[in-house]
Amino acid sequence: MAVFNLSVNGKKQQVDVDPATPMLWVLRDHLNLVGTKFGCGIAQCGACTIHLDGTAIRSCQMPVSAVADKAITTIEGLSEEGDHPVQKAWLEHDVPQCGYCQAGQIMTASALLASNPNPSDDEIEAAMNGNICRCGTYLRIKAAVKTAAANA
Amino acid sequence: MKPLHNPPEPSILKKVDRRSFLKISGLSATGIIIGMQIGCSPSKKKDSGIPFSPNVYLTVNSDGTVTIVAHRSEMGTGIRTGLPLIVADELEADWSKVKVVQAIGDEARYGNQNTDGSFSVRMFFEPMRKAGATARMMLEQAAANEWGVPVGECKAKNSEVAHEGSGKKLGFGELTEAASKLEMPAEDKITLKKKSEWKFIGKSTPIVDIEDIISGKGGFGLDKKVAGMKYATVLRCPVAGGKVKTFNADKAMQVAGVQKVFEMPFTAFPGGINAPLGGLLVVADNTWAAIKGRDALEVEWDFGPNAKYSTADYFEDMLGKVKNKGQVHREEGSVETSFKNAAKTIDSTYLIPHLSHAPMEPPCAVAHFKDGKCEVWAPTQNPQGANDALAEALKIDKANVTVNVTLLGGGFGRKSKPDFIVEAALASQMSGFPVKIIWTREDDIQHDFFHACSVQRIKVALDNNKKVTGWEHHSVFPPIGGTFSPDATGPSFDELQLGMVDMPFDIPNISCQSHEAKAMTRIGWLRSVSNIQHAFAIGSMVDEIAVARQMDPVENLLDLIGSDREIPFDKLMEGFGNYGEPVEKFPMKTARLKNVVKLAAEKSGWGKELPKGHGMGICAHRSFLTYVACVVHVAVDDAGKLTIPEVHFAVDCGIVVNQNSVKNQFEGGGTFASSLALKGGIAFKDGQTVAKNFDQFEVARMQDTAKEIFVHLVESDEKPTGVGEPPVPPFAPALANAVFAATGKRSKELPIKMS
Repeated sequence: MAVFNLSVNGKKQQVDVDPATPMLWVLRDHLNLVGTKFGCGIAQCGACTIHLDGTAIRSCQMPVSAVADKAITTIEGLSEEGDHPVQKAWLEHDVPQCGYCQAGQIMTASALLASNPNPSDDEIEAAMNGNICRCGTYLRIKAAVKTAAANA
Repeated sequence: MKPLHNPPEPSILKKVDRRSFLKISGLSATGIIIGMQIGCSPSKKKDSGIPFSPNVYLTVNSDGTVTIVAHRSEMGTGIRTGLPLIVADELEADWSKVKVVQAIGDEARYGNQNTDGSFSVRMFFEPMRKAGATARMMLEQAAANEWGVPVGECKAKNSEVAHEGSGKKLGFGELTEAASKLEMPAEDKITLKKKSEWKFIGKSTPIVDIEDIISGKGGFGLDKKVAGMKYATVLRCPVAGGKVKTFNADKAMQVAGVQKVFEMPFTAFPGGINAPLGGLLVVADNTWAAIKGRDALEVEWDFGPNAKYSTADYFEDMLGKVKNKGQVHREEGSVETSFKNAAKTIDSTYLIPHLSHAPMEPPCAVAHFKDGKCEVWAPTQNPQGANDALAEALKIDKANVTVNVTLLGGGFGRKSKPDFIVEAALASQMSGFPVKIIWTREDDIQHDFFHACSVQRIKVALDNNKKVTGWEHHSVFPPIGGTFSPDATGPSFDELQLGMVDMPFDIPNISCQSHEAKAMTRIGWLRSVSNIQHAFAIGSMVDEIAVARQMDPVENLLDLIGSDREIPFDKLMEGFGNYGEPVEKFPMKTARLKNVVKLAAEKSGWGKELPKGHGMGICAHRSFLTYVACVVHVAVDDAGKLTIPEVHFAVDCGIVVNQNSVKNQFEGGGTFASSLALKGGIAFKDGQTVAKNFDQFEVARMQDTAKEIFVHLVESDEKPTGVGEPPVPPFAPALANAVFAATGKRSKELPIKMS
């Protein structure tokens, strides 16, 4: 076990955990931020996507010991009122069905738009391809990303 | 065994005692409470076990808000929104003042809550309307009494009652006390709104949970926490029916955070859907410790009776069987004569693999066993099934079990089996802690209740005039019943009614046969069940017939369906279930099937000139009483890479409740089906799944799915039918037919391989 000082959604947090613990479980079990989801544990599905210094990463493959002082943003910290342009576009297009994967989808999409404000269809597909949705909401996700790009 | 689809029968409405309501639901409700008593009608079928007496509740509160209890599970179909919308429409409630509360599992109160079989809207459309209308009429009566005017002059609208002559208004909240003292109108006096007056039914409304979902607020099973809770994993034998021979937990106990290791009770194969598989339970302070502790276990397995299960061998065996005469389930005319006299025959065999549900939220549950009582929180499609299973496993009375239903991160049939909830409860009972059980994805894929692998063979006879005169269909797959009983030795009639024996074509000589196959792993129902393999075979064969007849596939399909008529399946076959509905109430109408074929063809631009490498394919399939036609348009480049520019679904599901949800189900269903059409199946070797996670069990991603999916809804006054499962069956055959149109190569095996 070891103590780690983390910056999560703009707040300083301290945890005492096994250094190999993936950030996913630090967030969910230790910091009670359960918006970030477990899907596969091997970075294949994207349900656990968070931002590390603004870049989308799969938190199931990111040990807490590797985070250092980088800023972590989770779905809970993406916006104050759930009104990030990507979240607003998700509402406009009625994207979710079961909703379980959507936090990861939104985190991937918001990181994409931060680095590429006007992505092409191919760029959207390439960026979002690592996020699985078993309900099959991909077309609405793609439309919502475009709307968010237009409204940002 | 599990009855496949036997919904209850609705009957009368009655007012309930508020105190018992408060006690049961835990709501702080004040105001009118309408309870719906839905009659107990013992099921006609011997094997369908569940008695039904649903109660569904709505409360108009004195602050003007309306609380509606959702008694069905939300796994992404929008049912937690759809049923309350129906109530709110008839009630004339302001939707912004409606709060939806999830029911616990309680058979006595709510009747059947098993959310599968695409029957929630079909079953509850009318009772929900009556519940809303009853409350509306009582509020209008209360206002009329208050003003001393005839009730006919008082009309509810948007959570108020207005008097036509004077313009006086009273809010629902101001009327609840007076209304609650009134007698309920008799059921035959309830006046329902006209279709033209509907505000929500037939329109689009966002799901009630959307804002919570997009802001990451907890609410799924995996998100549940209770005070003092521990986290647990189970190491299960990789072969279904295998058990622990010896184990050593010393290294696991050295993992920081691991509290205890237990051996779970073992149930011999086949053990049904309630009993967990057994194995070793690791209870820890957090999820990571539970996973690492499990990794450190040393175990020697007795792999048991299924140790040699190999799907390669199993397919060989099934391929041999379909060459023979099987058990006949539907027979008309003489197929033998039709083949003897045939000018041409077509004989094709189709292979469909095992499939895994793989909902994005794997099975998980929180259980707290204390003082002989157990409370669980679980993403379950079937809270009552869980209640029964828990009482049995814990050896306590059902009344001492409480099943709270969380949001489900996908279900697709997996979460109507309560095995994982029983694991959590046993873990709590054994360890003394409240426990959350977490299935990793490897657990989920290896230990699923798999969709059956299958071989289908269809032989067709054509005469000199290219008329189809004979249809002989052979179906073989390990049955769902094989998960429950070693005596289940082949597809049940229930399973064959899902797309095989209810084949709608006007052919004079028909024989539908099944063959024996024993389950060697746990088989379960997956979104649309055996409609998947039956529709793939039939939809593909129809296209082969079109080629043989040198006919346009749409014209061929319409010709095969034949004249406008109702097909009396119940007269053609004894014990025909019709998805739990009387055939006279929900007949198979060929005109509705042809109508969706024509609509899909028209909307997709069927017959238009396409670029080189492009092709379109069609399939029509009625399942769960909903009529669907699907046209898939594919493009295959020189390297053999396939893309899907467009998909068109034409849908006749009767009255549409929430357009948004229906369209979402079809868009998503098309994508769900593209996983099974193009991506992964589950193979077994040495009794174990070859794939363990999404790196090997591939599912459709954004780049794999269609670029556009159009959903065309038939405007209809017919009774509403389900939309959760019906999108899936016709997609894969339409896709295979499109690939044939584009390339001249026909794939008779799923998933379709392009190289």
